[in-house]
Amino acid sequence: MEEKVFTNMTNGGPISVYVRNGKVVRVRPLQVKEEDYKPWVIEAGGMKFSPPKALRVAPPVHAERNRLNSENRILYPLKRVDFDPAGERNLQNRGKSGYERISWDEALDIISKEIKRVTETYGDAALSGMTSSHHNWGIVGYKMGPFARFMNMLHYTPILDNPDSWEGWHWGATHTYGFYWRLGMPEQFDLLEDTLQNSEMIVFWSNDPDTTRGTYSGQESAIWRVWLKERGIKAIFIDPFYNYTTAAMDGTWMPIRPGSDTALAMAIAYVWITEGTYDKAYVADRTIGFDEFKDYILGVGDKEYPKTPEWAAEESGIPVRKIVSLAREWASKRTCLSSGSRGGEGSACRTAYGTEWARMMVLLQAMQGMGKPGINIWGATMGSPSNNTFWFPGYAEPEGQMGKAKIAKNKLSYLNKTKQRLFRLTLPDAIMAGEGDFWGEGFCGQSLEQQFTHNVYPIEAKVKMFYRYGGSFMGTMSDTNKWLKMYQSDALEFVVNQDCWYGGEATYADIILPACTNLERNDLAEFAAAGGYTTNAHTGNNYRVIVRQQKCIEPLGESKSDYEIFTLLADRLGMKELYTEGNTEDDWARLFFESSDVAKTVTWEEFNRKTYHIVPVAENYKRTPGFRWYAEGRDCDTPDTNNPKRGTDKGKELGTYTGKIEFASESLRQNMPDDQERPIVPHFIPSWEGYRSEGYDRYPLQIISPHPRFSFHTHYDNHTSWLNEISVHRVEKDGYAWWPVRLNPVDARARNVSSGDIVELYNDRGSVLCIAQVTERVFPGTLHSYGCSARYDPLIPGKPGSTDKAGCINLLTSGRLISKHAAGMTPNSCLCELRKWEG
Amino acid sequence: MAKFGIVVDVEKCTGCYSCFLACKDEYIGNDYLPISAAQPASHHKWLHINEVEYGAGTKVKVDYVPVMCQHCEEAPCMKLTGHGEVYRREDGIVIIDPVKAKGHREIVDACPYRVIFWNEEKDLPQKCTFCAHMLDAGEKDVRCAESCPTGALVFGDLDDPGSKVSQLLKAREEKVESFKPEFGTKPVVKYISLPKPFIAGEVLLSDKPGVCLKGAKVTLLTKAGKKVSAAETDFLGDFEFKGLARDTDYVLRAEFEGYVAKEITVRTNASLNVGELMLVAR
Repeated sequence: MEEKVFTNMTNGGPISVYVRNGKVVRVRPLQVKEEDYKPWVIEAGGMKFSPPKALRVAPPVHAERNRLNSENRILYPLKRVDFDPAGERNLQNRGKSGYERISWDEALDIISKEIKRVTETYGDAALSGMTSSHHNWGIVGYKMGPFARFMNMLHYTPILDNPDSWEGWHWGATHTYGFYWRLGMPEQFDLLEDTLQNSEMIVFWSNDPDTTRGTYSGQESAIWRVWLKERGIKAIFIDPFYNYTTAAMDGTWMPIRPGSDTALAMAIAYVWITEGTYDKAYVADRTIGFDEFKDYILGVGDKEYPKTPEWAAEESGIPVRKIVSLAREWASKRTCLSSGSRGGEGSACRTAYGTEWARMMVLLQAMQGMGKPGINIWGATMGSPSNNTFWFPGYAEPEGQMGKAKIAKNKLSYLNKTKQRLFRLTLPDAIMAGEGDFWGEGFCGQSLEQQFTHNVYPIEAKVKMFYRYGGSFMGTMSDTNKWLKMYQSDALEFVVNQDCWYGGEATYADIILPACTNLERNDLAEFAAAGGYTTNAHTGNNYRVIVRQQKCIEPLGESKSDYEIFTLLADRLGMKELYTEGNTEDDWARLFFESSDVAKTVTWEEFNRKTYHIVPVAENYKRTPGFRWYAEGRDCDTPDTNNPKRGTDKGKELGTYTGKIEFASESLRQNMPDDQERPIVPHFIPSWEGYRSEGYDRYPLQIISPHPRFSFHTHYDNHTSWLNEISVHRVEKDGYAWWPVRLNPVDARARNVSSGDIVELYNDRGSVLCIAQVTERVFPGTLHSYGCSARYDPLIPGKPGSTDKAGCINLLTSGRLISKHAAGMTPNSCLCELRKWEG
Repeated sequence: MAKFGIVVDVEKCTGCYSCFLACKDEYIGNDYLPISAAQPASHHKWLHINEVEYGAGTKVKVDYVPVMCQHCEEAPCMKLTGHGEVYRREDGIVIIDPVKAKGHREIVDACPYRVIFWNEEKDLPQKCTFCAHMLDAGEKDVRCAESCPTGALVFGDLDDPGSKVSQLLKAREEKVESFKPEFGTKPVVKYISLPKPFIAGEVLLSDKPGVCLKGAKVTLLTKAGKKVSAAETDFLGDFEFKGLARDTDYVLRAEFEGYVAKEITVRTNASLNVGELMLVAR
């Protein structure tokens, strides 16, 4: 029985897949020939740093075959037993009913007939649908490809994603320094080298890079943090949780009360201002509005109060002396700020008024001369030396999407006539009420003004049919019981769920369709590269690797690729030729390939034979550290291609109205001067659900739910049973794999809770069962439990509000947005209580 | 002839569990006879990670210690049986014969490291084989070390002075140790920086409690007064002494010019957070 080896790729890196008798028996990191690796070298402090000749996938990727063959795979089309499209639909039973297996023909007939009925009765806009935030890897099959092309072809109502990873940075930090084309993230070019060479201290603020991994780059940057330690760069961690990076780097932990980060940041600014320890020349030349900001920090005016360390100590639980010393040390050393996985992000930005914290992060570094050697905002996961001019399409850019790329004859994703939009965060509310409104256009990457647009629904028609691609929202959205209420209301006459695995929302659909994974079809893509709002994401890797993703096994059960499913539907709607343009998936793959720079030196046949292509760093690689050009008053010289001023006569400017860093934001002053919740100068505004808010007496525990460590969002959890033996992820007890919640011994003792107890987390919105892990690693009064449970397991199926035993923390979180005009999610502003579960 | 071994550098391990999952991937459902039979679908941890949280309050640390079969030179599992149920290869790898060892449940309990697992379905004790089947096929690395993103696991030929593992053993000679040497089994797997008690605290001046004290001298001494280590408080006024002996009495002395030195006695039954050491002015 000969073993065959295939090449493929995941959200966490490229793999070699070993197949025997039509079954995947092993999965290893992609086996690249040693001579194909040409590792770069960074010299810093008399030491040389060079990555090993290997690829470092994300940990759960080693369990990929376990996930592929999961018993949670959807294998056949299913119909809800009490759903009859020609008779009784029993919408109120969604979530309660069972399912029966039907044929593909039957399923596709029902769906296509429903599409026709709904659009003919109510209009094209009555059809809507949405994917989850991430998909399986491969640009031909990515959700922005087949799904978007099909749905836009039908003029459906798009549902805009909220910028979940970016929130406070997107809605806030952009108004300090621009970078809206990066959704508020600072450019990270060459900052690995800059930090190794020049930084004396790194302040990690709300950042756990060992866990969040620079998004799609697997564990590539783990070695960088070993290097930072070897260089002797002091690492401070401001976090309510002693996180995994703190442990790995043996860092200094400054535990902080959730919701007080902005206060701490302002007190640091207060020390710098009163002691004169900030870069005055930089502030004078490179920024505007400092005096207005200074007045606010010093508490000038009778309505204000000074943001002293004493005040911040009260808010944060950090002793006054520690705040003062941190501020002084930060100013006296070349300090790098690591305030989120991509420089920005971090749980603190997904909170009430999280805009203000993100703005303060930029402004603090502006006070110290951001862009000067060793002084920057760097996530510790991106910015390796890399060939940044070589182009290969990423899934998030138009040229990587079959509905928008030049390779398509008809760019269907651009031809949707429907004007109305819905917004993911408020979708259930809008659907159930039949109307709604929201600010911004989801990912506002085109301009600062996009955030200020106001959208009203409906314009053309109320949505009646919902095509859900994926099922993750129970564990990832906010106040997620309302999604169940939406499904059970009579607002949606027909619901489809299409996925590879059963997600929490699957059993609220009328028809369930089995999609196959990317290991069951051909595709192609680059390691970690997204393009779009995150250009050059490959700088999170040590190597640029482009891969021909090869079909390893036949699709399991009757599952089909998404492209095939939409082709079959298009056929029934008489639109097959329009949809496919005569292209198979392999045709699309070849077209993408030929449009890329790989095709300049490698033929399609060679690419298929070798299955991977590594793009080396140029011999004469020129470093262009992020933000250095700005600090030095030069034209932007980084490869930040989406910076609209780059390469123009405004090349020295940032993407703000004034072109400078704005302590007092001109974009806010001109567009929303009266917004008290996102004021012209950042403010500390106590959270509407926190330690000073109403309800704190009833629910005195603050819960934070960061991105999970062993699941790429919901991708691996529940489908990968091997993970249930990793106690950080789930803990088996009495035959069930429980989701951990971490709490401090003080809080545990007060509630008579010990490690291993099953506990209930509850508030007015929901109830979730977890397994307790009592640890010193959590700030008292705080609970730490990861978000993204892929399983939703209500004790009473089909009853919104039922206690969930699978660990969907998001049932507890508020649906309230960051602030009046900042339409971001706020899972980390959540109060609850915890008790031993007696059930 | 090669002699295989692994070095585990605990300082570099981040607890990512890549090794744990890679091991499962290689062995679950895969027979590699005559060396090993397939691992069952769940609950075997031929390589497991011990998560060690130590310290208290804000001074905590977490270490991860990967533990696999130590391929001991005097393996108790080998001594227990006499008919080749467990044997040691020339290259040092200890193998449980997947045919001969059938039914020999006592082999599981023979191991003080508890790295042998019972396969109920196959009626067989099983453990790590140093991926012998891969090595025999000409591969140079084992699944766990191959997957490690930080170089915390290094595998190779101990008899080759140029191998990565030999070089590492030489470079970190003073820090290399065995895990649980008191078991007396002569484990071949070696460790660097196994978790050891630490003592941490903060020094403050009683007349300036609102200020962190940088540069205070803190000395660690034996009970008899011999100096073990010295440190200076950092900008947060914190100090720490790592890598100490267990269950040992120490004296901690904190000093700062113009203040009365303070001494306390401590015992390392566990790691200690001695809290704030307040110095009184002269």
